[in-house]
Amino acid sequence: MSHTRHVGVPRWLLAPALLAGAFVVLPVVAMTTRIAWGDVPALVTSEAARSALVLSLRTSAASTALCLLLGIPLATVLARSETRWLGVLRSLVLLPLVVPPVVGGIALLSAFGRQGLLGEHLEALGLRIAFSSVAVVLAQTFVSLPFLVVSLEGALRTAGERYDVVAASLGARPTTVLRRVTLPLVLPGLASGAVLAFARSLGEFGATITFAGSLEGTTRTLPLLIYHLRVTDGDAAVAMSLVLVAVAVLVIGLVRPRGTP
Amino acid sequence: MTAPGAIVEVVVRGRAVDVAFEVADGETVALLGPNGAGKSTTLAAIGGLLRPDTGRVVLDGEVLTSAGPPGPGRWVAPHARRTALLAQDALLFPHLSVVENVAFGPRSAGLARRAARAAAEHWLAEVGAGDLAGLRPAQLSGGQAQRVAIARALAAEPRLLLLDEPMAALDVAVAPALRTLLRRVLAERTAVIVTHHVLDALLLADRVVVLDGGRVVEQGATSEVLSRPRSAFAARFAGLNLVAGVAGADGVRREDGLVVHGTPGAPAPGDGAAAVAVFRPSAVAVHREPPGGSPRNALPVVVTELEPLGELVRVRAGDLAADVTVAAVAELGLAPGVEVTFVVKATEVDVYARQDREAGRAETIGFGP
Repeated sequence: MSHTRHVGVPRWLLAPALLAGAFVVLPVVAMTTRIAWGDVPALVTSEAARSALVLSLRTSAASTALCLLLGIPLATVLARSETRWLGVLRSLVLLPLVVPPVVGGIALLSAFGRQGLLGEHLEALGLRIAFSSVAVVLAQTFVSLPFLVVSLEGALRTAGERYDVVAASLGARPTTVLRRVTLPLVLPGLASGAVLAFARSLGEFGATITFAGSLEGTTRTLPLLIYHLRVTDGDAAVAMSLVLVAVAVLVIGLVRPRGTP
Repeated sequence: MTAPGAIVEVVVRGRAVDVAFEVADGETVALLGPNGAGKSTTLAAIGGLLRPDTGRVVLDGEVLTSAGPPGPGRWVAPHARRTALLAQDALLFPHLSVVENVAFGPRSAGLARRAARAAAEHWLAEVGAGDLAGLRPAQLSGGQAQRVAIARALAAEPRLLLLDEPMAALDVAVAPALRTLLRRVLAERTAVIVTHHVLDALLLADRVVVLDGGRVVEQGATSEVLSRPRSAFAARFAGLNLVAGVAGADGVRREDGLVVHGTPGAPAPGDGAAAVAVFRPSAVAVHREPPGGSPRNALPVVVTELEPLGELVRVRAGDLAADVTVAAVAELGLAPGVEVTFVVKATEVDVYARQDREAGRAETIGFGP
């Protein structure tokens, strides 16, 4: 970090900026004041909590992997193509970002549910997706994919094609260029996209509960457990919320590469 | 056709480019011309980064690009052409070390890691950058980076080397050493270099092709074109004055009636044929008042620009220039807008026939198989 002063920001910005910060931090701090700290160890180590946390981490990891698998090709094609349908294509990819997750869940049911467009045929093959852990991963992937694609496409466009051109002129096939030049150059963008996707998956609620239900051990992730507990045991809900916040802070704070937003 | 060397014919209508020339095996051709003349478009078409509307690129007898009638089109992908590109910026891959950068070409060609590394070390030594092998590109100076970029391009063992103003982004201080290196490297290689620098053309190129407005306006051996330019651009590039017109008994008559007397050289222009009169700026004397009754050439001009030139000052008046001392500038009160007379002796002026455009084209187009 350098200490050179850039053009100063207007002083009056400070007040609303502080307000914004407080607006985010205050509720979380308020939550910690509501916790019966004595009960926390027992609550967070209960079987239900443990299985929800493990399920959340496993499904989020799986959906992040799926996002990378599908998102890298999609972002690359979007960043490097010059079709005039690009705007339309990009809007479609961003759809899960603007559609309420519950609607996403209904859409996924329509596609992969028992009577769904594809689900019907999968059922015939003995594959049942809805209300399984696979459904949780699909719901999370559906809502997280745009985060990875947008982040990576931006990085690819910023990086430009100059290095790709040089690599090709040195005899590298397109696949070699992608593997050895294009992707390594956008690694920070790729990493921050993956972290965003993971964080979004970790917090996924609406699409999951609609498409996968809330079955303990199979589809009840941490957010679903918290929602479930809120009805039956408020203190436990707050304690589990704290766990989720801790995991989220850990992910964003530790995994986020330095120097990227 | 299996002759080694390159045949380039490129027509890109959208950019009004229609260029044709050949590069003999082992020859370096410099592409000269003002901005927007079509130099970069031509280079991109050779490297396979741009598809011409019509035309072809043939390298060592292999058709790399063929577009438009007659015959079916053909297109070889950039990576399969073996036409390595050296750009203005070194563009070293920032995530790879210097030696890994140079090994990139050999690795892409399928060499094992160890063999590619050995090749990279050989080429680094070849360009005098062996001691940089372990560094990252971010740790290099501009001159060092371009040196490594040259090694990287050579390591890919290109059949044709494409250089796009390779020294334009460098410090004046490091350019000479790099030019010397390129001179050695390009000596036996087939290469096309785009440049804005007269020294690049003089030291690196066997032949120059002058483009203007998307066409070849002049081409020939470097020394020939630079000492006896026939196009306005080549004259300016070589730092010479050129007056174009038609040949008369006593010199070259410009369209506006001005006659420049000179000594006819070979090829001597026939009466009424297109001809040029060429003279050095240092042979021009500048007068405030037209000198009367002398046998010398007097050209009335308006000064447009003054620029320092070592211990002299180059006085520009449109396309013409005169080199005078600082004292003379002060004495005559020269400044942009001042009307003066450029005076040059007839014995200092060479008059010769202007290359005919169409003839120039016809001799460069290889008639295909």
